[in-house]
Amino acid sequence: MAHFTKATSIKDWLNQRLAIDKVEKVMASEYWIPKNINFLWAMGMVLVITFALLLVSGIFLLMYYQPNVDTAFDSVNYTIMREVDFGWLWRHVHGVAASVVFLIIYIHMFTAIYYGSYKKGREMIWISGMLLFIAFSAEAFSGYMLPWGQMSYWAGMVITNLFSGGSLHADGLVEWIRGDYVPAQAFLNRFFMLHVLLVPLAIIGLIGLHFGALRIPHVNNQDGEEIDFEAESKKYLAGDKTGSKVIRFANDFMSKDMMVVGFYLIFFFYLVFYHYGFAMDPVNFDPADGLKTPEHIYPEWYFLWSYEILRPFSTDIGLMAFAFAQVIFLALPFLDRSDNAIPASRRGLFKFWFWAMLIDMITLTAMGKVPPIEPFGTIGLIAALTFIGLWIALPIITYYEKKA
Amino acid sequence: MKELLILVVVTVFTLLVYYLVEPFAHSQMHKHVESEHFAYADLPALTKKGDVARGKDLVMGAGACAGCHSIEAADMPAPMDAVSGAAAYGVNPPDLSNAGAIYDTKFLNALIKNPAHALVVEHKFDESKGEMHPMVPFYGAGGDMDQEVADMVAYLQSIAVKAEAVTPEMAFENACGRCHAVKYEKWTQIGTKPAFKHKKDALAFDIKVLEYQDSLKAYMGKLPPDLSMYIRSRGEHYISTFVENPQSYLEGTSMPRVGVSAEAAEKVVEYLEDAGDTKRHEREEIGMNVMIYIIIFAIFALLWKKQVWRDLH
Repeated sequence: MAHFTKATSIKDWLNQRLAIDKVEKVMASEYWIPKNINFLWAMGMVLVITFALLLVSGIFLLMYYQPNVDTAFDSVNYTIMREVDFGWLWRHVHGVAASVVFLIIYIHMFTAIYYGSYKKGREMIWISGMLLFIAFSAEAFSGYMLPWGQMSYWAGMVITNLFSGGSLHADGLVEWIRGDYVPAQAFLNRFFMLHVLLVPLAIIGLIGLHFGALRIPHVNNQDGEEIDFEAESKKYLAGDKTGSKVIRFANDFMSKDMMVVGFYLIFFFYLVFYHYGFAMDPVNFDPADGLKTPEHIYPEWYFLWSYEILRPFSTDIGLMAFAFAQVIFLALPFLDRSDNAIPASRRGLFKFWFWAMLIDMITLTAMGKVPPIEPFGTIGLIAALTFIGLWIALPIITYYEKKA
Repeated sequence: MKELLILVVVTVFTLLVYYLVEPFAHSQMHKHVESEHFAYADLPALTKKGDVARGKDLVMGAGACAGCHSIEAADMPAPMDAVSGAAAYGVNPPDLSNAGAIYDTKFLNALIKNPAHALVVEHKFDESKGEMHPMVPFYGAGGDMDQEVADMVAYLQSIAVKAEAVTPEMAFENACGRCHAVKYEKWTQIGTKPAFKHKKDALAFDIKVLEYQDSLKAYMGKLPPDLSMYIRSRGEHYISTFVENPQSYLEGTSMPRVGVSAEAAEKVVEYLEDAGDTKRHEREEIGMNVMIYIIIFAIFALLWKKQVWRDLH
C-alpha cells in the first residue's frame, strides 16, 4: 500500500488518492495539439456536444416514452408533444441532433480523408471512427422505429428484409431479428432496448477507444507536417509559445473548440426552433399501419447514398454492392497505398479522387430519395458504379503516387 | 483567408445536399396543387339577391330542410340523434344554424339545387343509374327557382353568427367533424367525448361512436382518418388545397368538397394546428430567447479564443 500523509488541503487529499494534478496534465494542459489547424479540427468537440445533447434530451424523452405498439405513437405525439412541459423541445432537440450529428460526422470523415489523417500510425483512429459511424447508424435506425409511425414501420420492414439475403431466402433470420413475421410488439421492444442501452453503451466505449487512439500518433495538422511533439512541447513550456508548433489542449485548443461550438450552436438551435422539418419526416406523423404502404419509402438523408447503391441493381447484386459500401470505408487506410499523409491538394490523382468521391456520394444521396424514374434511375446506376469504380481505382492511383 | 474559404466550401456542399434531399426531392415526389382561393369558379355565378323572410318560409316549409336538418338557432330540434342520422343517411345531416357563416354563398346555392354536383361526388352518386345522393335536391316551390334558392341562403346567413365570430372549433366541427375524429382534442364523429364518472357511461358513449362509425364506413367505403396529427403529416398547404377540392389530390375519393369559405378554411387549419402543433406559440417565444442566449455565448467564446490565442501567434 502506498504511503499516505495527512492532507494539507482537499486538493492534496484528492491528489494523494487520485493524482488529479497528473490527470489534469495528461488529459488537458500537457496534452499537445498542433497549432497549424483550422476549424475543421473542432468537429470532434462539436460531435461530443451534439452527443451530449442527444443523451440529455434522450433521458428526458425516456421518462415518458412507452415502448408499446398501441401507445408508442400517442406517448410521443400526445404525451410528450402536448402534455409534458417542454416535451416538444426535448423531442425537437433529439430529432434535429440525430440528423445534424450525421452532417458533422460526414464533415469529420471527409476532413480526415482530405488531410490523410488515417494513415502512418493513425489507422486505429480511422477504424474506431468508422466503427462509431456504424454504431451511430444503428442508433439512428433503432431510434427511428420508436415513434411507431408509418415510416418507422415500413423502414423497419424494408431494412430487416435485407437480412433475408436475396436469393438465399434466409427468412428464418429475418423472423429471428423481428421476433415475429412482421414488425410488431417484440420488434419494437428489442429496438427500444438497442436504442436506449446496448448501442449507446457501444458508442460510449468506442468514443473512449477513438480518443485513446489519438494519444500515440497525435492529431494531424493542416500541412501533414511531422512534428516532434517532445521538442516542441519543451519549447512551449520554456515560454516560447509563439515559436512552438504545439499548443495545450486546454485552454489553447479548447478555446478555439468552444468558439466553433458557439457558432455551431447558433446554427443548431435555429434548426431546432425554426427549421426542424427536414429532420422529422411528415410521413412518420401518420401512425403505423401494416395494411397501408406509403407511396414513397425512403431512409433519412444520411443513409440515402448507401440505399442508392442497393437500389439500381437486381436484388442479389444490389445486396452485394450495399454490403461492399457498408464496409469499404473501414479499409481506406489499407487501400491507400501511398505513404503521403498530406492534404489531397498536394497528392496528384488522389486530389481528383477525393472530389469525385464527395460529388459521387452527394449524387447518390440525391438519387436515393427521388422515385426511381428516368433520368434518376440511370443517374443513380452510374453514380453507384462510379462509387465502386473509385474504390477499385484507389489502390492503383495511390500506388503510383509520387513521394511528396 | 484560407479558413474562410474552407467554411464556404463546407457551407456550399451542405446547402447543396439540403436542396437536393428536401425541396428538390419533394418537388419530384408530390404533386403540387395551387390554391384557387376558395372561388369555386366551376359553380354558376350568383344572379339573384335573396330575401330573408321568404327564405325562412321556404326553409321551414316547401324547402323541407328541417325534415332532416336541425336548426338550433331557430329552435328546430334534430329529427333524430346522430347515430340514427348516420344509419339513415350514411353521415349525420348537419345542423344549419351556422351554415351561412361557414360555407361559401355560391357553394350553398349550388348545393341546394344539386348536392352531388356541388360536392363533386357525381362519380359516386350517378342519378342516371339511380344512385341518389342522400340529400334530396330542391326542385323548386313553383316560382323562380334561382330566386327561391337565393332566399333560402339569405335566411341561413341571417341566422348564422357573424363570419368573424366563427371559431376554429365551429368551423371544424361543422365542415369536417361528422366524418373525422380528432382524438387529441377528444373529438368524435358524434361530438366531444365528455369526462364520465362511471366507466359504463364512457363505454356506452364509445359504443355509440362505434355504431356511428359503422354507418360511416359503409357510406364512405372506409373510416375517414383521425386528423389529430395532420398538420404535421400533411402541412397547411396540403390541408387547405385538399379541403378546397379533394379530387385534385385523390381522384375518385368519396370525400366531398365541403364548400367552406376561405375564412372558414383558415379556421379549420387553425383547429388542426391547435390539435397537432399545440406548442407553436411557446416554440417561437422560447426560440427567440434561446437564440439570444446562444449568440451571447458565441460572442464570449470568440472573445475567450482571441484572448488565449493572442500569446500563441
